[in-house]
Amino acid sequence: MAKLTIPQEELMSSGHIGCLGCGATLAMRYLLKALGKRTMVTIPAGCIAIMSGIYPRSFLKVPLLDVAFETTAASASGIRAALDAKGIKDVYVVGFGGDGGTADIGIQALSGTAERGDNIIYVMYDNEAYMNTGIQRSSATPFGAWTTTTPVGTTGDFKKRPKKNMVEIMVAHDIPYAATASVSYPEDFVKKVQKAKDMDGTKFFHVFSPCPTGWRFSPEMTIQMGVLAYQTTVFPMYEVENGVYRVTKKPAKRKPVTEYLKLQGRFKHLDDETIEIIQKNVDKNWEMLLAKAEFTKKYAE
Amino acid sequence: MPMDVMTGNSAQAYGAKLARAEVVAAYPITPQTTVVEKLADLVASGEMKSQYIKVESEHSAMAACIAASATGARAYTATAAHGLALMHEMLIWAAGSRLPIVMGNINRAMAPPWSVWADYQDSIAERDTGWMQFYCQNNQEVLDTVIQAYKVAENHDILLPAMVMEDAFYLSHTFEPVDVPPQKDVDDFLPPYDPPIKLDVDNPVGLWALVPPDHYMEFRFKIAKAMEDSRKVIQEVDEEWEKKFGRSHGGLVERYRMEDADAAIIAAGTMSSTARVAVDNMRDKGKKVGLARLRVFRPFPYEEIRQIAKEVDSIGVLDRSYTFGHGGAFYTETAGALYQAPERPHVKNYVIGIGGRDIPPKEIEGILEKVLSKEDGGEVEWWGLRTSGSREVN
Amino acid sequence: MAKSVEDLPYIPLMSESSAVNKTGVWRVIRPIVNQEECNQCYTCWKFCPDVAIQIDEEGNILIDYDHCKGCGICEAVCPKNCIEMVKEE
Repeated sequence: MAKLTIPQEELMSSGHIGCLGCGATLAMRYLLKALGKRTMVTIPAGCIAIMSGIYPRSFLKVPLLDVAFETTAASASGIRAALDAKGIKDVYVVGFGGDGGTADIGIQALSGTAERGDNIIYVMYDNEAYMNTGIQRSSATPFGAWTTTTPVGTTGDFKKRPKKNMVEIMVAHDIPYAATASVSYPEDFVKKVQKAKDMDGTKFFHVFSPCPTGWRFSPEMTIQMGVLAYQTTVFPMYEVENGVYRVTKKPAKRKPVTEYLKLQGRFKHLDDETIEIIQKNVDKNWEMLLAKAEFTKKYAE
Repeated sequence: MPMDVMTGNSAQAYGAKLARAEVVAAYPITPQTTVVEKLADLVASGEMKSQYIKVESEHSAMAACIAASATGARAYTATAAHGLALMHEMLIWAAGSRLPIVMGNINRAMAPPWSVWADYQDSIAERDTGWMQFYCQNNQEVLDTVIQAYKVAENHDILLPAMVMEDAFYLSHTFEPVDVPPQKDVDDFLPPYDPPIKLDVDNPVGLWALVPPDHYMEFRFKIAKAMEDSRKVIQEVDEEWEKKFGRSHGGLVERYRMEDADAAIIAAGTMSSTARVAVDNMRDKGKKVGLARLRVFRPFPYEEIRQIAKEVDSIGVLDRSYTFGHGGAFYTETAGALYQAPERPHVKNYVIGIGGRDIPPKEIEGILEKVLSKEDGGEVEWWGLRTSGSREVN
Repeated sequence: MAKSVEDLPYIPLMSESSAVNKTGVWRVIRPIVNQEECNQCYTCWKFCPDVAIQIDEEGNILIDYDHCKGCGICEAVCPKNCIEMVKEE
């Protein structure tokens, strides 16, 4: 019998109504394993808000507060303030929003919370579009992707702007910890959460959460999709601790982006020329990340 | 009794301090700004033990208050005009969550065009959110009502949020003598916030859920019922306050010289103080007029209004806001309440003081003359509107 | 069963586990574990998005068919290829 590589306790329940192969629910499952039961979670509108099914059910075994779409971080700040007022210090407060709730409609409140340095953990589960309303583009939708609001059509109207870089935005707030993670690498995610959870201030996690329904791939491939995103460095694994970048997992050999793109229906319209643009952008971002890690390491304590 | 001299905004802040608000989340906006500054001073000096979240918007202010209240902390915020409008979504959220948050709103006109002066469009536009609404006429009432509002809101039969209104500048920046009650007496009056349900890791539940049509209506009915029941609680709390502190603010409707009156005006906020002077002047001339001050607009005091309708032949309703399409809200609600009344006096709407335009006593005396005469001239009149043929107004 | 207004709490409280949702009825393909071949590495347990794989006292993998939706991730990630997805009858 092998040793478990992540905590065994399940604080997310079965019976949630996520789609087959849902990446977002894995993000929640791992997060709660890392934090344990003395945790409170705020959830805005989005896929994760409807996971419990209908009243009076809950898919979490920890306190859960449904909040309005754009208020996740402000709500987490409010919970923390109330706990502070009551002298309760041993409870983790989590805001758990999607890419729409975080990078778009919720970014103002998140910026406020991060700038104030409120002592909360914020997780953006990134499925790269508004998936709960049915695959509309978000600012986290990658360049080249089809969504129902970037429908390609006959004019090639796919998303023409690159994905918003939320980790960089959060690093610019001078928070103690920001990191990427992927549902395909739970040990890495759990380790990062456990490293950061007791730091004072706002901690930010950008969790890559493949979505079979919205990305148009077969549900058994969710984990493989995260692996390929990592291996191609479409989505690299790194952390930024007090401004110091560190690549936490480095692929031995980077695979070409086509290996990742070709498995997803949302990219099937792309021609070689457009794929080349994506490849160049991924190369540039990877090189810049390595350069940042190299440049900032002298500031590590 | 030692009296302090303070602005309405200081009275808001001292009300929150005496109520021992545990979490404050607020964002500055004219003319509310000195509330957030005063609270910051009180917290910084250690006089007030609160977690004060300096949020980046009013929307986040209300979101943070909601989350704090759901976690079992007494929460306070204050705003005005556009800040209140920005909160709109969260106001509905707070009431739907049944969280007894108390908020000061400094009534200010809405832009465009920009105006920072007194007008009720901001709070009237939030009438349907499920918040109780108190309109204050002086700074003493502001301080007392913040504390009273918590007592009403936190009553386990109510559990609804409450707004405490004061008029921009007329109260917010005007100094008046205010009796600040001793903390111990306020503590006796207002016990700590103890909600039936809160976020608690030792008793983990989820809050709000997805409720399909087979139960949503029932939960909405519960809010409606709580709002109905709040009438009695507001009255009782004001009476209890009077017993303890020696002053009442009139419950839901404060009556002034209504004995044997033939005509009455219904008004709210600082214009009712002016109206008292106007009523006195008219009474001096032998005119039988009185004033009914609408202290509470939500819940609407329809029984008190029907009682007044029994007593007088003519009512003028003064609105410092307008519901584009038909009449001011105080008027349409009054008229609505009277339809079911056995006696229906003459009723007319006077839209007055919009955007902070001054209302001197002689203007209200002019209205009282018209109310007494049951002069018709249309259902709604914009009183003091400058037209090419109009008399010179102030 | 819909409740009456008198029987409902004052707020909608999520007090019941989502495990009452029997999401197993969604399934069109069913994972079958070959216990002989399984070396109990728990990769399938780790990656199940539906918390529908349990570990029994002997360390064996148990599929919770009440909740397994049949996504097939367990089959895809199994390093020993000892999980097979078969059509539901």
